[in-house]
Amino acid sequence: MTIAMPQPDPGVLAARDSFLGELAGIVPPDNMVTDEAGLKTYECDGLSAYRELPLGVALPETTGEVARILELCRRYHVKVVPRGSGTGLSGGALPLKDGLLLGLGKFNRILDIDYANRCVTVQPGVTNLAISQAVDHCGFYYAPDPSSQLACSIGGNVAENSGGVHCLKYGVTTNNLLGLEIVLMSGEIVRIGGKYMDSDGYDLLGIVTGSEGLLGVITEVTVRILPKPASVSTLLIGFDDLASAGDCVTRIIASGIIPAGLELMDRAAVHATEDFCKAGYPLDVEALLICELDGPGPEVGELAGRVEEIAEDLGAHTIRRAASEEERERFWLGRKSAFPAVGRISPDYYCIDGTIPRGRLAEVLTRMEDLSTRHGLGVVNVFHAGDGNLHPLIMYDIDKPGDLEKAEALARDILTLCVEVGGVLSGEHGIGVEKRDLMGTMFSDLDLKQQQRVKCAFDPDGLLNPGKVFPVLHRCAELGHMHVHRGQVPFPDLPRF
Amino acid sequence: MTGKTFRPVDETELAGVVAWAAADGVPLEIIGSGSKRGLGHAIDADHVIDMSERTGIVDYEPAELVLTVEAGTKIAAIETQLGEANQQMAFEPPDYGPLLDHPAATATIGGTMAGNLSGPRRVSAGAARDHALGMEAVTGRGEVIRAGGRVVKNVTGYDLTRLLCGSWGTLAVVTRFSLKVLPAPEMTRTLIVAGLTPSAGCRVMGEVLASQHEVSAAAWLPADMAAKSAVDYVSSPGTTVTAVRIEGPPASVLARHDSLRSMLAAHGPVEELHGHNSGMFWKEVRDVAAFVTPEAAVMRLSVPPASGAVVCDRVTASGGHAFLDWGGGLAWCSFAPSPATATAIRDIATSLGGHATLIRAGEKLKAEVPVFHPQPAARRDLSRRIREGFDPRGILNPGRMAMEV
Ligand SMILES: Cc1cc2nc3c(=O)[nH]c(=O)nc-3n(C[C@H](O)[C@H](O)[C@H](O)COP(=O)(O)OP(=O)(O)OC[C@H]3O[C@@H](n4cnc5c(N)ncnc54)[C@H](O)[C@@H]3O)c2cc1C
Repeated sequence: MTIAMPQPDPGVLAARDSFLGELAGIVPPDNMVTDEAGLKTYECDGLSAYRELPLGVALPETTGEVARILELCRRYHVKVVPRGSGTGLSGGALPLKDGLLLGLGKFNRILDIDYANRCVTVQPGVTNLAISQAVDHCGFYYAPDPSSQLACSIGGNVAENSGGVHCLKYGVTTNNLLGLEIVLMSGEIVRIGGKYMDSDGYDLLGIVTGSEGLLGVITEVTVRILPKPASVSTLLIGFDDLASAGDCVTRIIASGIIPAGLELMDRAAVHATEDFCKAGYPLDVEALLICELDGPGPEVGELAGRVEEIAEDLGAHTIRRAASEEERERFWLGRKSAFPAVGRISPDYYCIDGTIPRGRLAEVLTRMEDLSTRHGLGVVNVFHAGDGNLHPLIMYDIDKPGDLEKAEALARDILTLCVEVGGVLSGEHGIGVEKRDLMGTMFSDLDLKQQQRVKCAFDPDGLLNPGKVFPVLHRCAELGHMHVHRGQVPFPDLPRF
Repeated sequence: MTGKTFRPVDETELAGVVAWAAADGVPLEIIGSGSKRGLGHAIDADHVIDMSERTGIVDYEPAELVLTVEAGTKIAAIETQLGEANQQMAFEPPDYGPLLDHPAATATIGGTMAGNLSGPRRVSAGAARDHALGMEAVTGRGEVIRAGGRVVKNVTGYDLTRLLCGSWGTLAVVTRFSLKVLPAPEMTRTLIVAGLTPSAGCRVMGEVLASQHEVSAAAWLPADMAAKSAVDYVSSPGTTVTAVRIEGPPASVLARHDSLRSMLAAHGPVEELHGHNSGMFWKEVRDVAAFVTPEAAVMRLSVPPASGAVVCDRVTASGGHAFLDWGGGLAWCSFAPSPATATAIRDIATSLGGHATLIRAGEKLKAEVPVFHPQPAARRDLSRRIREGFDPRGILNPGRMAMEV
């Protein structure tokens, strides 16, 4: 895929040796990568269609190192691309030719587990799952659970405001964060929040979460942990048509039930995963729902019964309730193997991420089928139906000339459709480079400029992860300028004074 | 103030006025119903923008759990509408009207979100800002902007909506909010334990919040405050009260009630409040009813929940009163107005790693003690730069958060 990235700065490329020499004074040799073979490891994130070799890679392990590196970069006018585990799916950690890749994977200690205040403080490179594992023996967990949780870093989660299958009830990253430490491009260290609820002053926690590494480098994260639910009930519900499955999702929520997770797989996904891992899914369905309820025992039982009634009423043709933990895991097995399963039936696939109002599910899925036929590429759907977060997997073959372009075009049409029905371009994977040039479908020029003014407050020289999120880069000086409409508004004559 | 009050009929007109004011650097005060005018520093503004006529529900689809409202809509009106569909704003918006010498039930959604104000369910359901999905606003540049959306999961561009929550009208004038709403619980029960010290109360609240009983709210009241409650079960024991609320489907509430009751019985005599009493009690906590006294100043401390007891002990020792909400994480303090006491109480928050906001105070006290917690230089400067991006001339609610250099 090709996308216009900021022009590499020839001055920076020319000064590479001297820059790397100074960098070597900040981090130990083992924490620097400069050779081409080594740099290749970092050439892309989870969106592998875009690749670039960075100027160099630094792997700091302390906040002090991060601050000194950023100061150095600013001095040399070197751009910086932060990277956690590189599982991002929108190209947020795509390197820049004239930019330092700042890998935070080694910055990975758990700093504090505080059960009395129900929170954990970690360094950014700690994986999502490691947090839950660290508190598991005391009956706690960290709620947001992206499917990539074994690998993805908490810093990356904050940067992408990641979600997971249990976010319907427990919220996404931003709803589970208490504190952050960030380092600005100036080298300044800013601490935000702590072990208490709600910010004093502006909600900087809110603005940094989901900012895709463009505002500051996250060097410490405090999250709240929750007691593990007393019990869980998982249902597998099959329908003969997608519309009824969509209705079922709407009816469950409308009836006042908020499941922990509510996932939908279409026929293609059911077949692909069944071939792949034999989860025992019914094959004669057009749509399969996995509905998981958790909480106090009696509640879970009662609500599962209500969901079954709704499903029956809508003519569900399979309704199974997991009778054991083993069966529950089997229900999830297929869902969790969906990506590799699709990887087996198609040489390549492209995972799209957009959110729509739940009520439009059936309509959007039908229109997506038409788009898929029109572009001549198959689409498999497995997604977070409860919050309307779609993940169509477009199947293509990178070796077939024109296929990738077709996939990109289909993705654009699907995302535009999401926006058209009142949804958004990204539910949890972020904009990155992938959807950067579609931002105009959702936002006006004024909206985007105001967002960039926030960036200017954090990073006036635009050195932190440029080329991501915003389709057009404006200089901060230009953005700061106020267009004066003096005299245009007849203030004293306005009505109703 | 000799200025004028402007009531915009729509966004375009509002944008026109703000653009005019921006061009000439004319400061404006932004109000909803004005019920929280007393919160924050005095605003030195020439004119007022009154949003209280920008009312109405723009869009509400109960099945989507999403509500879009005009910023001037009263919380009470929204609650009535949501109630018809058995839904609610889960963050339990408080009514600080009486606390701030205004009538009750006048607060608007705009003011509530601008202050990011949340009630007792904050501890389990999140804050006001956690329920904000999107907004439309006019910046201090006089430009109409939109951010966020009408869906629950969204990482498309910066989260300006959350940034505006808690900015007290200093960044932009919000005209519309989209909010996430949730089903109202079918049943509610509150269990109260009498006679616990602040530290025992805090420990018990921590214990129940760490349990699997999905406690939705937990508060601790000192004896003199409990005595003022209109709920007989709370006022009659004549001791401190630790209260724990559970909500949900009846079978679940009853089962949890039994287990919680035996858990709590180990700590003292347990009573329970049902529907009406429970509602009345949590409204008193939510609206800080016990501190609605003309003479006293009131501060709100947000601290790590386990250290709430420390606040109570120290404030009481210095002659003030304190009670705890949010499982100990929110300490409300009432004291005879004096800069020394206010500063001493704020220092307690600082020493515990939290922060303090002066909620109710006369101009005299506010002239000497900052309303909002002083911030470290790096964060303060960053916030100022953010403000400059939205409102370069500093015309929106200037002085309210005392951010000006
Ligand atoms: C198989 C698979 C399944 C997935 N499932 C989900 C899912 O269910 N839900 C979901 O939300 N996502 C999912 N993702 C996407 C991805 O895992 C998340 O976006 C994750 O949060 C990225 O974390 P990371 O550490 O890999 O970040 P990276 O990919 O390394 O970086 C992501 C972005 O964050 C920035 N960044 C990283 N660390 C920092 C830091 N410390 N400071 C500042 N900026 C930083 C980067 O610059 C980049 O813009 C999935 C990905 C894969 C490959």
